[in-house]
Amino acid sequence: MSGTFVGMPAFPTAARAALGDTQLRSNLAHATHTIRDKRAAVVAEVEEWEELRLAGAGVKEAALRDLATHLETLEASLTRAGATVHWARDAAEACAIVAQVAHSHGVDEVVKVKSMATGEIGLNEALEAEGIAAWETDLAELIVQLGEDLPSHILVPAIHRNRAEVREIFLRRMGDVGRPAPADLTDEPAVLAGAAREHLREKFLRAKVAVSGANFAVADTGTLVVVESEGNGRMCLTLPEVLVSVVGIEKVVATWGDLDPMLRLLPRSSTGERMNPYTSTWSGVTPGDGPQEVHVVLLDNGRTRALADDVGRQALRCIRCSACLNVCPVYERVGGHAYGSVYPGPIGAILNPLLNGVSDEQTASLPYASSLCGACFEVCPVRIDIPSVLVDQRAQVVDSHRGDRIPKAEAVAMKAAAWTFSDARRLGLAERASGLAGRVMGRFSRTTLPGGRTAAGRLPGPAAGWTGARDLPAPPKESFREWWARTDGGTHDDQDESGTTKGGGS
Amino acid sequence: MRVALQVTCVNDAMFPDTGKAVVRLLRRLGVDVEFPAAQTCCAQPMVNTGYFDEAVPVVRNFVDAFAGYDAVVTPSGSCAGSVRHQHALVAERSGDAALKTAVAETAPKTYELTEFIVDVLGVTDVGAYFPHRVTYHPTCHSLRMLGVGDRPQRLLEAVRGIQLVDLPQAEECCGFGGTFALKNADTSVAMGADKARHVRDTGAEVLVAGDNSCLMHIGGMLSRQRAGVRVMHLAEILASTEGTEAEPGGPAVGERAESAKKGGRG
Ligand code: SF4
Repeated sequence: MSGTFVGMPAFPTAARAALGDTQLRSNLAHATHTIRDKRAAVVAEVEEWEELRLAGAGVKEAALRDLATHLETLEASLTRAGATVHWARDAAEACAIVAQVAHSHGVDEVVKVKSMATGEIGLNEALEAEGIAAWETDLAELIVQLGEDLPSHILVPAIHRNRAEVREIFLRRMGDVGRPAPADLTDEPAVLAGAAREHLREKFLRAKVAVSGANFAVADTGTLVVVESEGNGRMCLTLPEVLVSVVGIEKVVATWGDLDPMLRLLPRSSTGERMNPYTSTWSGVTPGDGPQEVHVVLLDNGRTRALADDVGRQALRCIRCSACLNVCPVYERVGGHAYGSVYPGPIGAILNPLLNGVSDEQTASLPYASSLCGACFEVCPVRIDIPSVLVDQRAQVVDSHRGDRIPKAEAVAMKAAAWTFSDARRLGLAERASGLAGRVMGRFSRTTLPGGRTAAGRLPGPAAGWTGARDLPAPPKESFREWWARTDGGTHDDQDESGTTKGGGS
Repeated sequence: MRVALQVTCVNDAMFPDTGKAVVRLLRRLGVDVEFPAAQTCCAQPMVNTGYFDEAVPVVRNFVDAFAGYDAVVTPSGSCAGSVRHQHALVAERSGDAALKTAVAETAPKTYELTEFIVDVLGVTDVGAYFPHRVTYHPTCHSLRMLGVGDRPQRLLEAVRGIQLVDLPQAEECCGFGGTFALKNADTSVAMGADKARHVRDTGAEVLVAGDNSCLMHIGGMLSRQRAGVRVMHLAEILASTEGTEAEPGGPAVGERAESAKKGGRG
């Protein structure tokens, strides 16, 4: 009953389609700018923000450096507190564990707290195949699920929808899976939220089993932490008898005290709030209070692969705040679906290749889905240098093709460029040729650029991607290098060939 | 102090007037700038596309060309950023200890033009004259990779006659991004279209920036739109004085007449 990212085309193709969706463009521009400004305002209030970022990065880095030890400590603390710990190497193992727990209680439905890890492993689809319905209870996840849609943002998976679309989805679909939306539903946000609340309430009260992820897992106390804004998570974590949490192994932090910088960084970066509305923490089972059977599934699914990558491992510090998505000029225009994963935007462009490798064309296109503008690094609360990781991932894509029998045109071009740029004499000759070409282009061109230079006209081949939408100046008659040699650095007579005197050496 | 100009491959081949403007400007400020003829490119196009092995000989050529200078000045935030942040990665990959040492020497003494003028020369009023309505786009690499801060604005504010207007959403990327402009041309153009719209909204006659590659992209869009805005490198404005203002960047009188003729024919 939901869409799938399987079989998505490579990023440039998916992006081209998305760019033509005017409703999407308008919804995204509005939403990303609103949340971007909100974040900037609350971050500016914190004088020691940079120190806080360093502290946050330090906490995660320390945990990752000694991951095996912290995970064993976590397992011991959780077990002591009455939880059952499972280890899952991949998505299939994790899904099977959750399904087995559900089956052991004879249920055909579970309620879910919003969780990236369960989205990553495709848990809802796996449970559906086992005859178990998984109900999303986060408002935006509910909108995506009811709309048989795909998430397009980490924090706000339905960011690509506006309220008129949400109203339409609620009216059309709620009745199929539970309490229908009232017939007089308007698109007022409060009215829409009210309809969702009524619809979800009967699911909360009925569910025996809940599934969650976790934002943090504290090793020394065996505590899981879920941070959310709507209170739906608190309902799922307290009402059902059984709770299964799927937790990526990189979520571990060493001590309870380590939560301090993280819980200050996350809300301001994520929702632009000073403090998080609902922060739930639980350590195993508390007799007579909350779920009496608690399972924790520790998930690898590519994380140890990422950990082995010297440059890329910093991506495991990510706390899924989505600040990098909200400031990304590429994400703002193409939206999340074009990335072909539950992890879109700048973090998705590095995380998917790190978790899965770059052997398929779609994943290999992601490191290139960036202009390397650096806005993501600037806002990341745990200082992940996303541009540097992107460049490193590009090198891995290139290196994976070095053995190809027929090299790509780009590889040939880069080799030729390297040859030319390794010796100034070769470059000088290439410039002479381009100057000659420029004269020819100048004769045929009908366009003059503002300021008076002649344009190159429409070019064929890969350059058509440029000149299709942008004028390009024709190469000048004389390169800088030739000018310098001819005029001795502009120190003697500087008559260029058109007879005009340029003020080179004054 | 021996100062070398790293003109950049893009300026050398496509925008020689920017290089000439830097020479004129630095000489006016008392710097006897040299142009080491062995220079080619900073290797950024290879590195940013993932071709590290191909970048190695280019970086080697760079450190050889600029060995022995006290400062290397470049009219590009992007190329300065590449030298300071990426050359070490390339050298590391090469496994060549001598290259690593050489990079450690050239990288820290490579300055973007406005850094050199403000920090090394200690000047903010370069004595320029430019009586036009101008808006400034801070390019991503100068802003975020190098952190040139408000140095370009301070230099521009001191220019006599200039009418400097703020660019809305100035810090947002223009969408150039090197090979991104070709590999993801549609997204690049979508970003450029918004940047061009913001530029038009200012009513400026001239868009100025510290990187000609970004200007080639935004300027190419503005030109295609017949927006009536021209782009100029910062160096060309700073080099303009009362006597030369009519010329740099803009067409000389003869050229303007020539282009009018051409326009008539087309
Ligand atoms: S990479 Fe950084 S900014 Fe992006 S979601 Fe993760 S923590 Fe947030």
